Amino acid sequence: MAAIFQGVGAAEALSSSPFNSFDSNKSIFSPRRSFSVRKGASFAVVRSDGTVNLNLKGRRAQQLISNAVATKADSAAASSSSKPGHELLLFEALQEGLEEEMDRDPHVCVMGEDVGHYGGSYKVTKGLAKKFGDLRVLDTPIAENSFTGMGIGAAMTGLRPVIEGMNMGFLLLAFNQISNNCGMLHYTSGGQFTIPIVIRGPGGVGRQLGAEHSQRLESYFQSIPGIQMVACSTPYNAKGLMKAAIRSENPVILFEHVLLYNLKERIPDEDYICNLEEAEMVRPGEHVTILTYSRMRYHVMQAAKTLVNKGYDPEVIDIRSLKPFDLYTIGNSVKKTHRVLIVEECMRTGGIGASLTAAITENFNDYLDAPIMCLSSQDVPTPYAGTLEEVTVVQPPQIVTAVEQLCQ
Amino acid sequence: MSTAFSAAKFSTQPFSTISHDSPLVFAKPTSQFFGSTRKLRLTSSSKFNLSRRSGTVVAVSDYVKQKTSKSTTSLLITKEEGLELYEDMVFGRAFEDMCAQMYYRGKMFGFVHLYNGQEAVSTGFIKLLKQQDSVVSTYRDHVHALSKGVPARAVMSELFGKTTGCCRGQGGSMHMFSREHNLLGGFAFIGEGIPIATGAAFTSKYKREVLKEADCDHVTLAFFGDGTCNNGQFFECLNMAALWKLPIVFVVENNLWAIGMSHSRATSDPQIYKKGPAFGMPGIHVDGMDVLKVREVAKEAIGRARRGEGPTLVECETYRFRGHSLADPDELRDPAEKDHYAARDPIRALKKYLIENSLASEAELKAIDKKIDEVVEDAVEFADESPIPARSQLLENVFADPRGFGIGPDGRYRCEDPKFTEGTARV
Repeated sequence: MAAIFQGVGAAEALSSSPFNSFDSNKSIFSPRRSFSVRKGASFAVVRSDGTVNLNLKGRRAQQLISNAVATKADSAAASSSSKPGHELLLFEALQEGLEEEMDRDPHVCVMGEDVGHYGGSYKVTKGLAKKFGDLRVLDTPIAENSFTGMGIGAAMTGLRPVIEGMNMGFLLLAFNQISNNCGMLHYTSGGQFTIPIVIRGPGGVGRQLGAEHSQRLESYFQSIPGIQMVACSTPYNAKGLMKAAIRSENPVILFEHVLLYNLKERIPDEDYICNLEEAEMVRPGEHVTILTYSRMRYHVMQAAKTLVNKGYDPEVIDIRSLKPFDLYTIGNSVKKTHRVLIVEECMRTGGIGASLTAAITENFNDYLDAPIMCLSSQDVPTPYAGTLEEVTVVQPPQIVTAVEQLCQ
Repeated sequence: MSTAFSAAKFSTQPFSTISHDSPLVFAKPTSQFFGSTRKLRLTSSSKFNLSRRSGTVVAVSDYVKQKTSKSTTSLLITKEEGLELYEDMVFGRAFEDMCAQMYYRGKMFGFVHLYNGQEAVSTGFIKLLKQQDSVVSTYRDHVHALSKGVPARAVMSELFGKTTGCCRGQGGSMHMFSREHNLLGGFAFIGEGIPIATGAAFTSKYKREVLKEADCDHVTLAFFGDGTCNNGQFFECLNMAALWKLPIVFVVENNLWAIGMSHSRATSDPQIYKKGPAFGMPGIHVDGMDVLKVREVAKEAIGRARRGEGPTLVECETYRFRGHSLADPDELRDPAEKDHYAARDPIRALKKYLIENSLASEAELKAIDKKIDEVVEDAVEFADESPIPARSQLLENVFADPRGFGIGPDGRYRCEDPKFTEGTARV
C-alpha cells in the first residue's frame, strides 16, 4: 500500500501533545514532524513542527556538530530563521544534496549503472553528467563487484566516490568488496587509508517488483565492522543524510526506498546536514515507543492516527541510523514510556529489529514494563501477487493491534 | 644483444622446451609486442590460430624492427642499475628465507606465502616506478612491499604482529599497506585487489582530467597470479581499464600452480596473455625468471600507461621455489619441474650476466649479499624488541571517524567513553 498519511485533523490532535514532553535539550534541530497526504494520484505534504501552532517555522539549519548532544536548544535562532524554503520531491532532494556536495568538493564523483546519460534509474543523478562531465558521473558497465571495488580504490587514493546500486539487491554482487575491503581496509592498514565512500541505492518492497527487486538488505550488511548504515525517509533527511554521508570520512551505506522517491516536502534553502548517528523524533508521546525507519515510518504514522483516536499516545522515533543505533534518543524514550514496539520492513530473522531488540534489552531492561515487540516483514522472498505482497510487510492495522496488546 | 622480448612462448606444457642456456639473449625476435592493438600481424613462428578478430592478439612492433643491431656491446643496463636490481632481488630472497626461519621458530603465525623464485617480476617492474605510483598485490606481498620501499623493519614487525609494523600489527602477512610508499595492499582473497588497483588508476586519470593536475601521470601496477585469471573480477577490470584507458598494468605472475591446482587443469585456454586483446589491450608474455627481460617489457608497459595510452596485460612465466605457503607440503609438483626452474634462478642468472659483462665483480656482489644479511638481521632484531600492541589499540582504527561507533545510552559518543581508549568498551 502506498504510504498514507496524517490528515490535518490528526495534526491538530498531535500538536496538543505538549512540546516540553520532548527533551529540547537533546535536539540541535527543531523537532519536526512531517506527514504527507495522498490525494488521488498526487502527493501533497502537510507539515508542522513541534511548536503548538502549525505554522511552518523554525526550520533551523542544522550545523555540523562535534559532540552528540548540544547543551541547549538555540530557540532564538529557531524562530528567527523562518525562511520559506523550497518544495521538492525526495529524489530531487537527494539530487540537490549530491549536486551541492559535488559543487563544494571536486573530489566527489558518482559511479554506477546508468547514472550519467540516463540520469539514474530513479532520476537521482539527473542532469549531473551534463554539468560535471562523464568522468565525474561515471556510467559503469554492469560489474557491481568490480566497480564498487574501483570506488573503494579511488577512495583510498583521494577521491570521494558515491556508488549507486541501481537496486540495493544488486549490491549483493558487491558484497565481497563491501565486506572485505570497504569495511576492513582502514583497520588492516593500521589507519593509513581512509575510505570516504557512500554506497546508496533504492531497496525495500516496492509495488509488485518481484522477489529479487524487493529485497531488504539492511540485515545482511549490518554486521560488517567498519561501515555505517543510514536510512532516509523524508526529503529533509534524505538531503541531510546524503550530504553528511559524503562529508563523512567513514564508509556509509545510505538506504533509500523505492516507494518514497515521490514524497514532497518543503526543505530549507540554506545548507544543512543531518547527523549520521542520530535518530529523529517524529512524534513525541507518553504511552509507547515505536521505533521504525524508512517506509514503515509512514505506516506507523497512519496507525498513530488510529491510535490517537482510540486514546493512545504513541511516541514515534525514526531511528535513521541503522548502524550504529542512537541509544540515547531510544533510551530516553524507553525510560519515559516503558514499552517498545519496533516496526520494520526488514526480515524477522537477524534483521535490524532483532539487533535493536537485543540492544534495548541489554541496556534498558530495567525500564521495560513489557517485553519488546517487534513487527518485521515475513521471512519470505517477496511474492509478485499484490495481495501476498501486501501481507509480506507490516500494515497499519497490525501496528494498532500490537500497540493495544502492549499497552494492556 | 637483442633487446627483444620473450620468444613467443606459446607452449601449452607447463614448462617450455625452448632453450634457456643463455637466458638473456634472443636469436630472433619472434615474439609479439604491443605497439598498436589495431594491427594484426601473423608471425610465422606463431603456432596458433591467432584471433578471429582484427586488431587483436599480437602485433609485431615497429620497435622490434628498429632494434636490428645484435651487437653484444649494447647492454641492457648500466652498472648502477645492475647492482640495484641485484640488491633488490637478493633482499627479497634473504628476507623470505628469514621469514621461513622465523615462522618455524614460532615468531610469526598464520598463513605466510613466500616469494622465492619470483623476485625477477617484483624487481623488474617495481624498480621502474616512482614513489607516487601505486602497487597492489596479493597475499604474496612481502617482496612487493620491500621493492616498493617499505623498510624491512616495518615489514618484519608487521609479520611479528608488533605495533611498529607497517600496519600497526593489524594487517599481518597478507595485508601489507603503506600510504607513504603507495602500496595499496596486501589482499587475502584473490582478485580482490584488482578492482582496487583499477580505482587507483581511475584516480590518476581523474586527477589529470577533472582536477586538471596536468602532470599527474601516476601508474598503478596490479600483481596477481594465474589462479586469479579465472576470476570474474579480473575480466571485469580488464574491460573497465581498457574502456577508459586507465593508466594501469596488469601483471600476471603465472607460477603455474594455485596451491595444488595446476594452471592447465583449471583453465580452458592457459595462455593468459591472449586474454588482453580480447578486451582491447595488448597482451604480452615474458620470461619471468629473467629480470632484464621483465624490465624491458615493464618499461614499455609502464611508459604506455604514463603516456595515457591505456592498460597492458603482462604475463610473466615464473615459478615459486617453495610451496604455496609455509603450511603447504608441496607434494603435487613434479621434482623435475622444480629442478628445471631452480636452474633458472633469477638471481644466479643476473649474477652471471653482471660478471660476464664486467658490470660488477664477485667481490662487489658478495658485499651486497653481506649488506643484505645485515639489514635482514637488523629487521629481525628490531621486530623482536618492538612492543606488542596494547589492548587500547583494538578499537582504534575501525573507523576513520570514530563517531561511527555511535551514541551511547548516556548521550555521549561512545568514542568519548574513557573505556573506549582502553579498548574495553562495548561498542
